[in-house]
Amino acid sequence: MADFEPTIIAFVCNWCTYTAADLAGTSRLAYPPNVRMIRMMCTGMVDPKYVIKAFLEGADAVLISGCHPGDCHYINGNYKARRRVKLLKEILPRFGIDEKRLKLTWIGASEGVDFAETVKEMVAEIKALGPSNIKEQMVL
Amino acid sequence: MAKTAKIEVKDQDLLGSLRGFFRSLLEKGELQAVMVPQHLPMKNTVMPTLVTDPEKINGADPLAPVFPINAAKVVSKLTRRPLGGQVAAVLRPCEIRAFIELVKLKQGSMEDVVLVGVDCYGAYSNDNYPRFVGDEGAASTIRFYQNVTSGKGTAYEDFDISPACKACEYPVPDNADLLIGLVGVETSDHLLVKANTPKGEELLGRLGLPSGQEAAERAKAIEALVAERIAYRDQMFDETSHATADIQKLTSYLANCVNCYNCRVACPVCYCKECVFVTDVFDHEPMQYLRWARRKGIIKMPTDTVFYHITRLAHMSTACIGCGQCSNACPNNIPVMEIFRTVANYTQKAFDYQAGRSVEDEPPLSVFREAEFRELTGGKD
Ligand code: SF4
Ligand code: SF4
Ligand code: FES
Repeated sequence: MADFEPTIIAFVCNWCTYTAADLAGTSRLAYPPNVRMIRMMCTGMVDPKYVIKAFLEGADAVLISGCHPGDCHYINGNYKARRRVKLLKEILPRFGIDEKRLKLTWIGASEGVDFAETVKEMVAEIKALGPSNIKEQMVL
Repeated sequence: MAKTAKIEVKDQDLLGSLRGFFRSLLEKGELQAVMVPQHLPMKNTVMPTLVTDPEKINGADPLAPVFPINAAKVVSKLTRRPLGGQVAAVLRPCEIRAFIELVKLKQGSMEDVVLVGVDCYGAYSNDNYPRFVGDEGAASTIRFYQNVTSGKGTAYEDFDISPACKACEYPVPDNADLLIGLVGVETSDHLLVKANTPKGEELLGRLGLPSGQEAAERAKAIEALVAERIAYRDQMFDETSHATADIQKLTSYLANCVNCYNCRVACPVCYCKECVFVTDVFDHEPMQYLRWARRKGIIKMPTDTVFYHITRLAHMSTACIGCGQCSNACPNNIPVMEIFRTVANYTQKAFDYQAGRSVEDEPPLSVFREAEFRELTGGKD
């Protein structure tokens, strides 16, 4: 298990975390290549069904990362995202999807180091959890 | 203190007395109409009817153990714009609770409607009710009611009231404007009428009913009924959780689903005007199906079955009031209600929300607070 490479789907806000990821890249901060980044205009745009779809397609984990509270460019998109994550963390585990596989965090545009760290930690955590078995299953 | 009165029952004629009450609503209540379930003249079935003529309320039967649709949907149609007067809607407790959810979603209004709730002993599915009613019409309702009050129970031949009703812990419509009480009431003599709101009191005041009071036995009888329902419900939660404990099991659970989406059409609180699953978002490129198939070598067609159900849970489980119309509408007998209620139990608790309780409670996904659920981000702000 230890050597499996998790696939993490990351829905990141254009105004903060996406820039932070860019910064991490340009500053040559090493972080694992497991993340498939999807740039959103705001975490408030992350429809729960994007997350559900990612898991049903076999993602090992999903990361949602946006602006710190008070910093959302659309004022409250991140607060709405937080409620939706709360909701999903109630629903997904009912069907055996460990809530640890869904992570919400706030990473500001200048926090490249934080981004690299978050990804590293998440990869380690998901490696410990093992792969999602949905990949192998026939899901209708 | 709620105001109480009674409807006298003469010659053991429960339905006759209720019909008299509905007639008096029209004659004395200063209402435009009364909406009430009636036996239809052309067939032995019961449907909500909107009645303006007191002479046309003779088939009213709110005690018939069936509700082909959750009538909150039709009250929503009736109240989405000003009506120009008041209408009384005679509803089951789960219909009232669904309507309360719709009002909060701005798909209905309390403005022009007086909610008249009747204690509910449960209902058969749309499939089973015709077998129960035979060609007896309202007489079958009395048979049902007598079996219940004599302790014989609700089962008939090889079927029983629907699992949703067996698991329903709200048999008494406490949030109706006007409540008609049967549980723990000496119904050979009278029915309890109780006004829970100023609107209910006003209407009650116009009817000139003899005063009555809530018998002490009623609270006990309700408690016993609710305890029975909760025991069934909790066992159902357990069994459903086991049956759907991982995606593979959930997939088996839903294996007969043909994506007809009847369950969400029947659901009173599935509030989207157009469900995303019937939009072109889900008209995938033909090649896409091939790509999906190639990944595992096989896919079931139509696709997106499990995706649909989990998404619907995300959309409306916080509003699920457990009426069971989803299961009722399923052509393939999938226990839809079981899974929605089980998950709803978790999602509603997570937001400290109880669907259908009150118009004052904010639907969890329509609001947010600045400082809440900080544990989700490990305390990070
Ligand atoms: S999901 Fe089913 S039980 Fe829940 S409100 Fe809708 S129809 Fe009723
Ligand atoms: S009604 Fe039954 S078959 Fe139709 S979509 Fe719902 S669960 Fe599937
Ligand atoms: S703009 Fe970044 S989370 Fe809303």
